[in-house]
Amino acid sequence: MIAYRTIEQAAFQLMEKAAIDIPEDYRRAVAAMSEREQGLSCFVLKTMLDNYAAASADRRPMCADTGLPRYYVKAGNDARIEGGFVALEKALRTATARATKSIPLRPNRVHPLWRTDPNNNVGINAPEIDWSFEPNADWLDLTTVHKGGLFGSDYRMLFPGDGIDGIKRFLLDTLVAFGKRGLACQPAIVGVGIGGSKDACMMLGKQAACLRLVGDRHPDPKIAELEGELMELGNRIGMGAMGFAGRSMVADLHIEVGHTHTGGMPVSVHTFCLSSRRATVRIDAGGARHFRDDPKWFSDYSRRETVE
Amino acid sequence: MSAPAQTRLKLPASRDDLARLRLGDAVYIDGVVYTGREGVYRRVLEEGAKLPLPPEQTGRANFHCSPAASAGDGGAYKVGGVTATASFRFAKWMKEWFEISGANLIIGKGGMRARDYRELFVPAGAIYLTTVGYGTGALLGRGIRRVRDVFWLEELGNAQAMWVFEVENFGPFLVESDLSGNSLFEREGARINANIESLYRGLKSPALGRFGETGDRTDEVI
Ligand code: SF4
Repeated sequence: MIAYRTIEQAAFQLMEKAAIDIPEDYRRAVAAMSEREQGLSCFVLKTMLDNYAAASADRRPMCADTGLPRYYVKAGNDARIEGGFVALEKALRTATARATKSIPLRPNRVHPLWRTDPNNNVGINAPEIDWSFEPNADWLDLTTVHKGGLFGSDYRMLFPGDGIDGIKRFLLDTLVAFGKRGLACQPAIVGVGIGGSKDACMMLGKQAACLRLVGDRHPDPKIAELEGELMELGNRIGMGAMGFAGRSMVADLHIEVGHTHTGGMPVSVHTFCLSSRRATVRIDAGGARHFRDDPKWFSDYSRRETVE
Repeated sequence: MSAPAQTRLKLPASRDDLARLRLGDAVYIDGVVYTGREGVYRRVLEEGAKLPLPPEQTGRANFHCSPAASAGDGGAYKVGGVTATASFRFAKWMKEWFEISGANLIIGKGGMRARDYRELFVPAGAIYLTTVGYGTGALLGRGIRRVRDVFWLEELGNAQAMWVFEVENFGPFLVESDLSGNSLFEREGARINANIESLYRGLKSPALGRFGETGDRTDEVI
């Protein structure tokens, strides 16, 4: 049985880790790009590296816009949780409110119409909690993502005849529009969702951007190849950080797919910004917490194609 | 292209100080800056409230930002991170704001349209500095020595209040517009635009067109 207190504390620790410490895979990608760039684009990336170091040393958030904190929960099929799933959701909401006060995080969550701010990043459908399950396991994986950025994500219904060209056009449109002046706070980890129904398409693209490490490739070799091709296209725009001339638009590009309507090919594009904040913890059946960088959200089981 | 030149700038800056800055220079600031965005602009320009400080005590430097500030022990304010907010939304207030506030430095995110520099900034003898990145919240937070004052906190809330900061080695910022109204973003955008058509070459048109498409990918969306 995993105790309520353990979950609440683990979620609180995740909030702090995500807000302050840049994930190592992304930091390394920015460092590598700073070596390849020159002039202004290089200066911007080097400044970002200084900023990550300052955040970790001072224990202050790397970006004053601490984004929208949210959770991804993967539960082993045999995991037992004190108080059940309702208690788990309560633990995540409580940890969010507590972290907002004590780190502090910016209370970004407001009512969409009345703009009222409960000052704790908790509200209607907030923080979002996405669920997934894993067979033959008794642990609980919690991941938090603090995604900022009003700019850089889009959705489009394409058609099968539009093919890969259609996906490329849409990707270019999105990156060019939001890359200018660096509105997307690039270089970004770009997620592309292809297929599913419209909402699943958005969700898959978002998860592709936020829940896979830089360097990770899709297990389907043809999709992996397309990931490389689209990434190369994004960096060929000639745009770097802040929209200055350069080649650092895309730190990496991940694709996730879902079976879709026979007549359509919905596509979504998401950019995970210079503050690509995510953190994961596994709570084992005994209650021990193991923190790690890789959310390991996608698994053979979650990508299964068969009936079973 | 070489790395940008680095400059320390003491505020309030004289016209000569600003004239020395070149597009793309990296600037670090010492002195006083204040935050002001739509809340402050509305209050002063639309509701006629008096500016709480004379221009010489504001550093003449208006920062488009909402700090992550909280009241610490003994009532002193603690500032964690600082990140600018996108400035292009504030252009409509700038002409009057320059007249009333005496500002000659606007600091923010992403700049304004080149036309705004020529029509609004040049007559006021003002330039624009952009934050870098833009997520350099931790670095900029370090540069804030003290919260000297905060006005209209109750009326406008934490994000919209007018915060007055004492800053030291506060930066880096990049010079986005100069006293002649040239724009760094415009210059860089033109370099990138030259390549854009070629990226689309050979990609077939989609089955379904869309309302609102300009067809011209060199346009900006702001
Ligand atoms: S997009 Fe990311 S880096 Fe940019 S201001 Fe928002 S949270 Fe910060």
